[in-house]
Amino acid sequence: MLLIPCPWCGPRDEAEFHYGGQAHVAYPENPAALSDEEWARYLFFRDNPKGRFAERWNHTAGCRRWFNAVRNTATNEIEAGEVTA
Amino acid sequence: MTSRRMTGWQGETVRFRFDGRDYEGVRGDTLASALLANGVRAVAASPALGRPRGIYAAWTEEPNALVQVAAEPMLQATTVELRDGLAAHGLSGRGRLTDETDTARYDAVHAHCDVLVVGAGPAGLAAATVAAETGARVIIADDRPIAGGSLPDTAETVGGVPGAEWAAATLDALDGRPDIRVLRRTSVFGYYDDNYLVAVERRGEHAHSRERVWRIRARRVVLATGAHERPIAFAGNDRPGVMLAGSARAYANRHGVLPGDRAVVFTTNDSAYAAARDLAAAGVEIAAIVDTRDTTGGGTDGVEVLAGHVVTAVGGDDGVSSVAVAPSDGGAGREIEADLLLVSGGWSPLVHLFSQSGGDLRFDDGIGSFVPASARQAVEVAGAARGVFTLAGCLEDGAATGARAAEAAGFRVEGTFEIPRTPDEDPGTPPGHLWLVPAADYSTHFVDLQRDVTVADVMRATGAGLRSVEHVKRYTTAGTAHDQGKLSGVLTSAVVGHALGLPLGDLGTTTFRAPYVPVGFATLAGRHRGALHDPVRTTSLHEWHVAYGAPFENVGQWKRPWYYPRAGEDMETAVLRECGAVRKSVGAMDASTLGKIDVQGPDAAEFLDRIYTNMMSTLKVGAIRYGVMCRPDGMVFDDGTVIRLADDRFLVTTTTGNAAAVLDWMEEWLQTEWPGLRVYCTSVTEHWATVALAGPGSRDVLAGLAPGLAVDAASFPFMTWRDTEVAGLAARVCRISFSGELAYEINVNAWDGLALWEAVMETGVVTPYGTETMHVLRAEKGYPIVGQDTDGTVTPADLGMDWVVSKKKPDFIGKRSFARADTSRPDRKHLVGLLPADPGRLLPEGAHLVETSTLPEPPVPTLGHVTSSYRSAVLDSTFALALVSGGRDRMGEVLYVPLGDEQVPVTVTSHILYDPEGARRDG
Repeated sequence: MLLIPCPWCGPRDEAEFHYGGQAHVAYPENPAALSDEEWARYLFFRDNPKGRFAERWNHTAGCRRWFNAVRNTATNEIEAGEVTA
Repeated sequence: MTSRRMTGWQGETVRFRFDGRDYEGVRGDTLASALLANGVRAVAASPALGRPRGIYAAWTEEPNALVQVAAEPMLQATTVELRDGLAAHGLSGRGRLTDETDTARYDAVHAHCDVLVVGAGPAGLAAATVAAETGARVIIADDRPIAGGSLPDTAETVGGVPGAEWAAATLDALDGRPDIRVLRRTSVFGYYDDNYLVAVERRGEHAHSRERVWRIRARRVVLATGAHERPIAFAGNDRPGVMLAGSARAYANRHGVLPGDRAVVFTTNDSAYAAARDLAAAGVEIAAIVDTRDTTGGGTDGVEVLAGHVVTAVGGDDGVSSVAVAPSDGGAGREIEADLLLVSGGWSPLVHLFSQSGGDLRFDDGIGSFVPASARQAVEVAGAARGVFTLAGCLEDGAATGARAAEAAGFRVEGTFEIPRTPDEDPGTPPGHLWLVPAADYSTHFVDLQRDVTVADVMRATGAGLRSVEHVKRYTTAGTAHDQGKLSGVLTSAVVGHALGLPLGDLGTTTFRAPYVPVGFATLAGRHRGALHDPVRTTSLHEWHVAYGAPFENVGQWKRPWYYPRAGEDMETAVLRECGAVRKSVGAMDASTLGKIDVQGPDAAEFLDRIYTNMMSTLKVGAIRYGVMCRPDGMVFDDGTVIRLADDRFLVTTTTGNAAAVLDWMEEWLQTEWPGLRVYCTSVTEHWATVALAGPGSRDVLAGLAPGLAVDAASFPFMTWRDTEVAGLAARVCRISFSGELAYEINVNAWDGLALWEAVMETGVVTPYGTETMHVLRAEKGYPIVGQDTDGTVTPADLGMDWVVSKKKPDFIGKRSFARADTSRPDRKHLVGLLPADPGRLLPEGAHLVETSTLPEPPVPTLGHVTSSYRSAVLDSTFALALVSGGRDRMGEVLYVPLGDEQVPVTVTSHILYDPEGARRDG
């Protein structure tokens, strides 16, 4: 049970959160301009590193806000100072 | 039967039954100690080989003595506290689940603390006392009925008093402090991320809750979990009467029970000598001490010590009657008469929780064990759990660790903790390391007693080429029983090392996983059983549905009335009657569960244009539009209606089961992609009660209930809404239809729902209908249900709804995917209708479709599957909806549904089977 530092509410149990996958995968500016391959990359491809990983969380059972955090997938440690609303 | 209780041992008598016989024990016994006191040696036969097995250990490490107590299967006799009237029987392997409901209450507690100390032995008590002195909030959990760890087993003194007395007084002193919580009979069984630990507290049969789960978040953790004595693998090491030496010592000192008359001690280390001394003092004759070391650990008065010897065989089929010993270098051996064989292969620190926490282990050559190395979490290990095996050492180590933990949690240590006086301990002779006694035949050298795994089995695994202890575990099942390999785990690694000629330290252990001790499912479920298993949502009309005998359908957490059977009606008859009433007259359904989201703000229209596939910004105030939402991959996610209430305000409806997901979806896009849009979304599902009025007679019924409303088709056209009064209640009436008939949805304040419904029913002409009828009616019209007729791989075009996808909007979620080659494949699965050749044949939902009237050899290519299937009141046949590859190009084709030995022929039709012209919409 991770203790996740919500930037609005403070540290809360993982059970209060909803996981949102890799962070910084923005919706393309102009999808129509992308090739099928580029669009497929946006839709279907995500990183799966062992180690530091920037990911999205939503505090669904609390303030319901989305935020980004950097977690080490090998140790489950969330880096202080890398949590951004 | 003679009592094996030490003369003069005091205790209140407790009566119990085991395997159908009556026995007596004393208060404070475990079932195991009481059985031993009554001379019961064999508890149950081993599961695979049927060999008699006795009691091998004295606490949670017991591999043999499994019992069933009343309805509770697979308890260890060594951990069951004896109580009056207890009835148990021995189990060979698996227990038996009862059909009866467990009426006991189970509960859960959440707790936070600065320092959690696991274990109230010498190290844990010292750690908790020091930490408590700093002002830290401390929780100390101990799994035993009485405190002290090994102290009650060894009868050592602390501060000049018996160790058990010192421990009890120390724990009581902690219990009296305001910021300290003492959890007795509480096993910490899981160590998860961020110092989250889970424990089970056994409160007893008469407590308010029989057991409860503690979920504890701790700043710092001190693990003072002690050590287990190790077994040695030798021929016949599973006979009843073979027992760990320290466990026999525990039975004598803790329970006043002598587990035998005449014992042989087989050891690699000095600790068994202390056990032998205590047992001799208690009245057990020690026949000999067989020490694997050439230099022995001293002796005990008048007892023969056989240095450099091993046990080579055990005589007696039903229990130990003799022990064969021989020099380990192979010289001539001899046989010693004995009914008890005490074994000590050294001591292994209990690293289970540390390892679960993510900490690394290292192999300590000195003690021949794995010990904690580097921690990943905020945890420290004290005492025997990290290989400190002297009493004075454990007290000192515990005190130092407690201080470190409190300081790390932000508290200041003031003053010094005075370590209580302990008897002088002889440094003794270093331990030897022997895991198995070499032999020609390893078929009775047991490694895992519960799984009946022998050294021969492990060697078969390594002979088959297995090298990893994880693979050997799975191949042999060693370490997979109720005890999770507490005694067999490292022994298995050692035997693998022996077979492969590899050092044990290089092989490592198998992964330690929670739970450390078995925990009942009822305990984990706690109060979340029956009606409290999941929240139940009911509408404001619920009581009426109950009163009219409706069975309920679960839709998400909602209870929806399924149909309303009249006397003598089964479901089929009732549903056909309800369908007929809507098609020919008028019916009403409780539609309150539909998700409703209030979307408002200056950019609300723009936002909905991006979320829905069709255009919403052109919707006029007062009008309604059906819409579909897709994921970016172009697959249908939800559908519903959008009502425009004002320029900057909409009411969106969603499917019943998807309401929360749609709100989450909207929030996600607003917050993460379009933070510039000024839009606010609020769930208003439960603000409204909604009654759907459907059928050609619905206009007259509405006119009667709402005299102020112009209901003619010109004044109140399809897909518009009006605010008015219905049955004297403030209402919003929407002209929308999910049946193809003339229909209205009347929305009122949820408080007024029942009054509205009763007013509708009082007209005397309206038939109440449930969700099943609603499903049939919509299916006849080919309206898909998202999640039933779709499954996340279906586009709007697959559903025959190209018209709902805007060509004008520059972008919306999913648009780009409609230009992918994959979404325009001609063999995509389309929603079609199916009419069985036999009009009475109801196809099962989920059934597959094939092209040929005889099944080809597998793998059989299937064209798709049936998603909805019903009987109809207006078609002359049963019918189904199905997703079929290239379905729209197969109109009129005959396909086959394989059902058992039959190939059931069906004809492919349009998914719109009733009123395709839409002639019935305006009544």
